[in-house]
This record gives sequence, structure tokens and C-alpha cells, in this order.
Amino acid sequence: MNRPDGRKVDETRPVEAKVGIIGKADGSAMFRIGNTVAIAAVYGPTEVHPRHLENPEKAIVKCIYDMYSFSVPERKRPGPDRRSIELSMVIRNSVLPAIMVKEYPNKAIELYVSIIQADAGTRCAAISAASMALADAGIAMKDMVASVAAGRINDTVVLDLNKEEEDIEGTTDIPLAYMPRMKKVTLLQLDGKISGEDVKNAIDMGIKGCEQIYEVQKAALKEKYKNTKVVE
Amino acid sequence: MKMGNILIEEKSIVVPGEELAEGMDFLPSSGCFREGEKIFANKLGILNVQNRVLRVVPLSGHYIPMNGDLVVGRITEAGFSGWSADIGASEDASLPTSEAMRDRVDRYVDLQKYFKIGDLIAAKVISVTPNRIVINMRERGLRKLREGRIVKVSPTKVPRVIGKQGSMVGMLKEHTKCEITVGQNGYIWVNGPVEGQFLFEKAVGLIEENAHKSGLTDLIKEMLEKGVKNE
Repeated sequence: MNRPDGRKVDETRPVEAKVGIIGKADGSAMFRIGNTVAIAAVYGPTEVHPRHLENPEKAIVKCIYDMYSFSVPERKRPGPDRRSIELSMVIRNSVLPAIMVKEYPNKAIELYVSIIQADAGTRCAAISAASMALADAGIAMKDMVASVAAGRINDTVVLDLNKEEEDIEGTTDIPLAYMPRMKKVTLLQLDGKISGEDVKNAIDMGIKGCEQIYEVQKAALKEKYKNTKVVE
Repeated sequence: MKMGNILIEEKSIVVPGEELAEGMDFLPSSGCFREGEKIFANKLGILNVQNRVLRVVPLSGHYIPMNGDLVVGRITEAGFSGWSADIGASEDASLPTSEAMRDRVDRYVDLQKYFKIGDLIAAKVISVTPNRIVINMRERGLRKLREGRIVKVSPTKVPRVIGKQGSMVGMLKEHTKCEITVGQNGYIWVNGPVEGQFLFEKAVGLIEENAHKSGLTDLIKEMLEKGVKNE
């Protein structure tokens, strides 16, 4: 099949990741896939505000997803809307299984993800960025979380749809998030119609895509500290 | 018992979830956890192996207080039974009145009379529990730090700022003519002539950037000598 940008069916757009880009945050990361750019900042563990939300057994995790007005071709009104409130929850639920929340009783971990440029796959880019930012903040995690969307265009299962592909009549979008070590899926969404057979293929393709993204995340995390030596 | 093996070279950087070793003869310590026969990292950090104990030393994150640490802090609250201080940990530390002074404090006195919000103190961590960090100022040398200010450095770099047997901090004190108190929490109190404080901040910046390199002491010495000559 010929994709508009010439990619193979199981090829993601070019990926770039950088860690520690916001000095003041406890952890931060930028994740870019094609023209979609997400920046995540993590603050925590800190005291919980408001106090009554504290949980004596574990940390509470707050997440806010926000799209900048200029990130999309038609200016988006600034501020939260129904979609970003839902995506805030989706992103939080995708990274939460990886965080060892029991290590931080009575604390809050705050995660902010902003989309600077949107060309489809924003929630996946947000999750990939968030996971790196959490690691950068020194928060205990069982595993990393990598995320990419699979889908189907006409009758072909493909990986990582861009906006142009997403807008084609009748395509199906399947965002996925995956913990590579534990081999567990933490997010699986479906937007559209697809056969049982094809959805299995899409998930397999998505998981392989996540494994590739994990390698990029690992490299970005190690890159930040590549010259560090610990003196005891 | 079947001997296990370590899968990652010691002193390499590991990410959360990375498999470190296999075998029940290894023990996971801080920054690691066991699942079945395998040990994994749960923090971004450097793998450290001592005998059969695996540890991941985190490269980032808040200061994690340990009993006995000398810390520099800033008073953030004055309550009824003590004060709270920011020491760069995940929560403010508690300084109860009973631990703060050698003299008795009257019950109804306004505690701000002794320590005001914003005051800088040198204290010692005496208790760390999941919900509370307690510090005291009873020992010699622990006191309110008057004047001066705090320069912050990553807690992982503190050993470099102090140097072997205090050689680095000694050199810094000599050349900057400043009083310097280095807290294990990465908060450093510095007080003295403005040029000296300036020079000190510059030196600390250099130490942070070059902490991993050998010859750091010479680099700093050179910079300090040049700095002093420029006055």
C-alpha cells in the first residue's frame, strides 16, 4: 500500500526524544513523532493539595493534558475542553500501572503534558513523554511505558497514522500503550470499525512499534547522564 | 544454590524496569526490586554492586534524607510545637521545639521569636519515616545561619563539593574567604565578601558540570586562582 508520506505499513514517523528540558521541573521530557510534539513535566513527590485527597497507603497521581492554541491548524480555544479532560484521564491511566505508588504514601505526583504541535497521535506522544519525565524525576517505576497508535486505512493495517491518514474516510485509529518489560498493555482504544482478525494484527503491530519507541526512550534517558560518574 | 549472574555492567546507567540480574543469590537494595528469580531497576540511575547486593543510585529526584545527615534548611512555618523547614526533600522537615534549643521554650511563646520564616539553619536528620522527617539542632555546630544565602546543588554532587577529607570545600573556603556549610541535601550555605560568594557560585557551577571528570580538583584550583587574581 502507498502511504501519503511513503512510509512502510509498519513504519513509524521519525522519532526524537530528549530528557530534562525543563530545569525547574523535577522531571521533564520532550517526545516528537513526525510533526507531533509533546512536552511532559513532572513535579513530585510533593505534599498533597488539597490535603483531604491524601492517601495514607500510596501516592495520588494527577495528570493534566493540554493542547496549545497554535498546535493545530485551526486555532483551538485555550483552556480545558471535554476532550482534554478525558485525555488527561486516559494518559494518567496509561502510566499509572508503571508507577510504584506505594513507595510514596501521603504524597502527590503531578504530571503536566502539553502538546506544542499536533499531527495525530498526541495522546501516544504524551504518554511516551510522560513516562520519560517520571523516570527523570527519580520516581520509582516497575517499567517504562511506550505508546504509539496502530490503525487501519482502507483494508490495510498500519502503524502510526498522521493527521492526513486519520482524516481519510473510514480509517480506524487504535492508540496503544505498552510496558515493554512486563509485556503488558496499559492502554487500548479503538475509534472506528475493524474486523476481529485485523484488530489482532493491529495490536501486534502496535506492540512492536512500542518496543521501538522504548529503545528511543531508553537512549534519551541514558544520554542525559552519559558522562556521570557517582563518587561514593 | 545455583549461582546467578549480573546482566548489566556495573556503573552503567539503567532505566526503570531494566533487568539487572538473575538468581536468588543476589539481593535487591535501594532502587531495585525482585520479581521471581530476577532483579530489576525501579529508578533511573547507576548500577552499584557490592558483594551480592545490587543498588541503583538515582541520578535525579529530591533529596532522600538519611538519619545522621547534616542538612542546611530554610524555615517555612512556625507552628505551635515547632517549625517546618524546607530541606529539598519530598516534604518539609519537622523541627520540634524540644529538639531545637538547649534552653527551655515557654509553651505560649510565639515561636517566631526564635526562628522566623525564611531563616536558614544547619540541622541534623534524626528520624525518617514514610510520613515524617525530623531534624534537630542540639549538637555543637548546629545553629541558625545568620546572613549569607543558600546555593543549591544536586544531592548526588555533594561528595564532590566536599572532596576527599574536605579537600575541595577547604580549598573553596580559602580562596573565597567565605564561611561555607555544605548540607548533604545539596543546600550549601555561603556567607562572606560578595566577590567571594560570586566566585563560590561559579566554582559550584563548574563542579556540577564536571563532577564526572578526573582532574576536577585541579580545574577548580585553577579557576579559583584566576578568579582571585582578577580582583
